[in-house]
Amino acid sequence: MKQYIKNFTKYRFLLAELVKKGIKLKYRRSYLGILWTLLEPLMTMMVLTLVFGTFFGKDDPTFPVYILTGRLLYSCFSTSTKMAMKSIRQNAPMIKKVYVPKYMYPLSAVLYEYIIFLISLIVLVGVAGVLQVKPTIYMFQAIIPLVILFIMVLGVGLILSTLAVFFRDLEYIWGVALMLIMYTCAIFYQPERVIGTGNGWVFSINPLYATIANFRDAVFGRPLGMYNLCFSAIFAVGSLIVGIVIFVKNQDKFILHI
Amino acid sequence: MAKTVLTVDHVGMKFNLSKERVDNLKEYVIKRLKGQISYNEFWALKDISFSLQKGDRLGILGLNGAGKSTLLKVIAGVLKATEGDISVKGRIVPLLELGAGFDRQYTGAENIYLYGSVLGYSKDFLESKYDEIVEFSGLGDFIDVPIKNYSSGMKSRLGFSIATIVEPEILILDEVLSVGDAKFRKKSEKKIIGMFDKGVTVLFVSHSLEQVQRLCNKAILLEKGRIIAQGDIDSVSKIYLKKTEE
Repeated sequence: MKQYIKNFTKYRFLLAELVKKGIKLKYRRSYLGILWTLLEPLMTMMVLTLVFGTFFGKDDPTFPVYILTGRLLYSCFSTSTKMAMKSIRQNAPMIKKVYVPKYMYPLSAVLYEYIIFLISLIVLVGVAGVLQVKPTIYMFQAIIPLVILFIMVLGVGLILSTLAVFFRDLEYIWGVALMLIMYTCAIFYQPERVIGTGNGWVFSINPLYATIANFRDAVFGRPLGMYNLCFSAIFAVGSLIVGIVIFVKNQDKFILHI
Repeated sequence: MAKTVLTVDHVGMKFNLSKERVDNLKEYVIKRLKGQISYNEFWALKDISFSLQKGDRLGILGLNGAGKSTLLKVIAGVLKATEGDISVKGRIVPLLELGAGFDRQYTGAENIYLYGSVLGYSKDFLESKYDEIVEFSGLGDFIDVPIKNYSSGMKSRLGFSIATIVEPEILILDEVLSVGDAKFRKKSEKKIIGMFDKGVTVLFVSHSLEQVQRLCNKAILLEKGRIIAQGDIDSVSKIYLKKTEE
């Protein structure tokens, strides 16, 4: 354990460099650069509001905020898990030639996507301000689902990055799985409509939905839903433990498969 | 009594060579169900033991596929040995693949920090040595150009300059004494010889026996992953010559 900490301190600067590289290179070749982090969710929000709000006849003025919260958290989950999954294979040339603690790759991928996500929350603040969502004391709770989200993406990312080394087709499978997760996250519809049809159970088994629901509770000034809080927290910690265990167990075999 | 800086104790490295490469889930499930997954075990290294004192310069000889590069990778920590132990005292600088941590889209300057951090150097250290690295690489204004526009010689010059900015205790060389143009080659050889004089321990792999004889005082000879001779350079190179003439 002590050795792990010592090793981590030694390579702390590498982690910072890898995170910086991820953020820098993501937008290097675009004119608007990091502004895309703000524009992209804003534009998808408009499209989704137009389709699911106006066309389906929703007159709730804060509906864009509702969409945006779901959309931001979901895209954080999908991009970071995808990047973490690819991280080992992407850095194969480096892994084959120099020694670096291997968890640095998925960890840095998750970290830089998460930082980009945090920056994109500025859009949410702006839109919520314009649409006059009343700020309440409950908003401070938002930090809890955000921390849970980070633990969750790191855990799931570690699991996926390990499996993706051995099974290349996981990328496609995960793409389909993400689609299923997206549609069961109630990003652009009210969950009550599904619960009304007797299919409400899909929400109680989707940990990302639970996190989004908690985050919405905070934004719209309600106490956090207890079931969602416990379920997402347990899932997040559980996936992190599983992720660390299978990653550490298999990391020495990576080099033989990439 | 000189200080022992590197001990390699009964190291073995096993690879599982599957007959066909199974790298996706679909094939894996099908083959598993049919019971068709089989591996060929292959020991790239077996029972390797030696130790080096401070200032020793070890040449590693052997024909292609003898396990020389695998041994260097195991010592450098890139590969994890299947069995046996390796204990290292001090900092290893592997001059194996110069610039393995470079990012093509980054400029030379950015890559100094990136590659430096890959080698485990701290930020303060790199900042204090930055000018020296740029100076030694001789890249001048090119340092602010993305390295995808570099020639391969420029890349290895930069890689060499970054990797050798520390004073290592153990230096691993894999035929890299031929970096860049004639001028830079002279400069880099001078730098390495300078390290030799300060008593660095060296592991050196080369196919050129003449080069090994010039640089090293000890040698091991590998064949099919086993040591078949070790000792001082003259006696081992005699055996090696005999082997190559067979």
